[in-house]
Amino acid sequence: MVGIFQSWNIALSIFNLCLISAVMTMGANIQWGYAGLINFGIMGYTALGGLAAVLISVDPVQEAWRAGGFDILMSLWLIVVMVLVIRFILKRFEKSKIRTYSIAAIIISGILLIRFSAEPGIEAIEAVDPAKTGFLGGFGLPIIFSWIVGALFAGGLAFIVGKVALGLRADYLAIATLLISEIVIAIIKHEDWLTRGVKNVIGLKRPAPYEVDLQTTDWFIKLVEKFNAGKLSVIENLADRQAALNQLVIEGSSVFVKLCYSGLFLVVVIILLILTQKALYSPWGRMMRAIRDNEEAANAMGKNVVKQHLLIFILGSAIVGVAGAMLVTQDGLFTPGSYRPMRYTFLIWVMVIVGGSGNNFGAILGGFVVWFLWIEAAPISLFLINFFTAGIPETNALKAHLIESVPYFRFLLMGLGLLFIMRYRPKGILPEKIEIK
Amino acid sequence: MDFVNAIILLLNYIFIPALTYGSQLALGAIFVTLIYGILRFANFATGDMMSFGTMATILFTWYFQSLGVSLGVLPTALLAIPFGIIFMILYMLLIDKFVFKYYRHQKSPPVQFAMVSIGVMFVTQAVVRIIIGPGDRRFFDGEKFIIKAREFKEMTGLNEGLALKSTQVLTIFVTIVLVSLLFWFLNRTKTGKSMKAYSDNEDLALLSGIDPKKIVLVTWVIAGILATIGGALYGLDKSFKPFTYFNNMLPIFAAAIVGGIGNPFGAFLGGYVIAFSEILLTYAYKKFFMYVLPESMEPNSLVQLLSTDYKFAVSFSILVIVLIYRPSGIFKGKVL
Repeated sequence: MVGIFQSWNIALSIFNLCLISAVMTMGANIQWGYAGLINFGIMGYTALGGLAAVLISVDPVQEAWRAGGFDILMSLWLIVVMVLVIRFILKRFEKSKIRTYSIAAIIISGILLIRFSAEPGIEAIEAVDPAKTGFLGGFGLPIIFSWIVGALFAGGLAFIVGKVALGLRADYLAIATLLISEIVIAIIKHEDWLTRGVKNVIGLKRPAPYEVDLQTTDWFIKLVEKFNAGKLSVIENLADRQAALNQLVIEGSSVFVKLCYSGLFLVVVIILLILTQKALYSPWGRMMRAIRDNEEAANAMGKNVVKQHLLIFILGSAIVGVAGAMLVTQDGLFTPGSYRPMRYTFLIWVMVIVGGSGNNFGAILGGFVVWFLWIEAAPISLFLINFFTAGIPETNALKAHLIESVPYFRFLLMGLGLLFIMRYRPKGILPEKIEIK
Repeated sequence: MDFVNAIILLLNYIFIPALTYGSQLALGAIFVTLIYGILRFANFATGDMMSFGTMATILFTWYFQSLGVSLGVLPTALLAIPFGIIFMILYMLLIDKFVFKYYRHQKSPPVQFAMVSIGVMFVTQAVVRIIIGPGDRRFFDGEKFIIKAREFKEMTGLNEGLALKSTQVLTIFVTIVLVSLLFWFLNRTKTGKSMKAYSDNEDLALLSGIDPKKIVLVTWVIAGILATIGGALYGLDKSFKPFTYFNNMLPIFAAAIVGGIGNPFGAFLGGYVIAFSEILLTYAYKKFFMYVLPESMEPNSLVQLLSTDYKFAVSFSILVIVLIYRPSGIFKGKVL
């Protein structure tokens, strides 16, 4: 529809983001719909996925490694030692005040030690050509791998968060995860040696061909010519026809690149859909629902609730991590400053609730509908404002003010949508269906 | 002399800013904690409700300024705050009637309330941005400083200046008055006591003839007062920007939980705990040590425990630690 009204280019980019949103929503849906775990930390996992994309695909900066690589490796080693020591203490000694204090002392002194050992390295790294690099770079592998690594990163974080916070009551868990994700963003934003921080990483590798290359490739030009044969044959003049063709090739190339992305994303969505559907109807899925609906009964039946909660928390977060890596892949740049809870946590939750929690198709539908509305809310509300104020002259202060604030109507639309769905269709557009066989 | 200089330095850069920021957080935290204790949900719309109240105050301030009304040395906003409060309370009651009431009657679980409050958050954010726009607004007028750093230096002959902004004094003063009034109300009046009873045990309170509608109404009224004043003070001291207000929700939550959620006094202190730890941990102590220590021992580095970029992260880490080891908060709140 947008393809007809605006352009295919915009339509496809919306479609791609819809697909990514669908993946995120599936991740959140697994946690909330299957297990009833509330995770407001989606933003953090998305950002970690994006970080994975950077670390995998960017070429290593040799100079920076030489300048400060040793210090950084040293600090990593210190962290590992610290964790091992703490584990050792936890295992060997009974729970007591002395144990708690000594662990706290180890952590604090460890942090100070790491700070002092890493500082010269970090400064050296950040001094290496700060306008272009100033960070360690990555491994220089194809960016597709980062989708898996992103899942691993996010899963790893989820393991730590889950260990710490999963015992909390639902709304506390929500607050705790929200705050932890803010901490993650703060680290990504300010640890320049790792992520370049707010200086952003641009020009990431792509899994799809570049537009510029396509425009000079013979087969692609022929393809565009073939598609538009009817349109082109109308133009009589040869030079005009060539010019029109060139224009079409330029447009076509960006559409083609976006189609490549769509293809890749679709594969991910379909794989995830198959896996999650299988899981939902497996004995494991039944167990998860049992735990969600009555934790104590499930516990009494001999199911390890804590372990299953942790597992599903990791799985859901890993899926969100994949989505984060996909997002950075499609944008081709990593901008830590753009991770905001509104867009990456609460909007995803609106998708989950609107689509239908516990239903994977609902999650995908929610991702599509909500993202579409989020993007198109401004044009739609502009149209409505113009429609209703048609009688008022252009110079009217109120009308001008309303038109100026058109971008914010999307928040209104999302909020009202969420409130209405919660009130009149609390299970979402596509409610959870449990087949009893 | 050096020692006095060091003390002034700490006062100027740590104590006064932290006290101001802590007061602003404390008002928000009491708001969160009251809603949590009496209406029983975590209100994710906290920050945006505060920004709504501030917005109303700003609009009235502009109106008064256009009329030429002013309070002389005091900011005009003080005159506008009561009107802002009325608007805020009306808005809250409207939201309560159309949104929260239904779920209260359904006896929905707290999670559902939290979700609904996210819907309210979106709507409020939209309303604020549509009315006043997303930009940075300063609405402070009147005398800016009570003591200027330069004047202080000249007066005392010290190296370090002490600047005291009028908004800082105003914030601390208003907070003390407001909080004492609030605690007097909660502990001494019949309505306040019945609110406490309702928070402790809903069923028992209902049995003893407490009217839940009145309790809810009074809670929203108090919440409206706290949200507007807290928000307006923050806006006077720094500036008003809807996005910052949304972000402030996070340290406010941290303060409420650290103090023991459901416990207003805990929330009040929690605000200061968060503010002081944020500023103490991210301040560079180099200058302080330069004054205190003999010259030979002066530190080379900034002696900063954490970079200021991690200001927010500090309060969140405190919160996470408290949640793990003492989920009921430092001052016993509701046990999870």
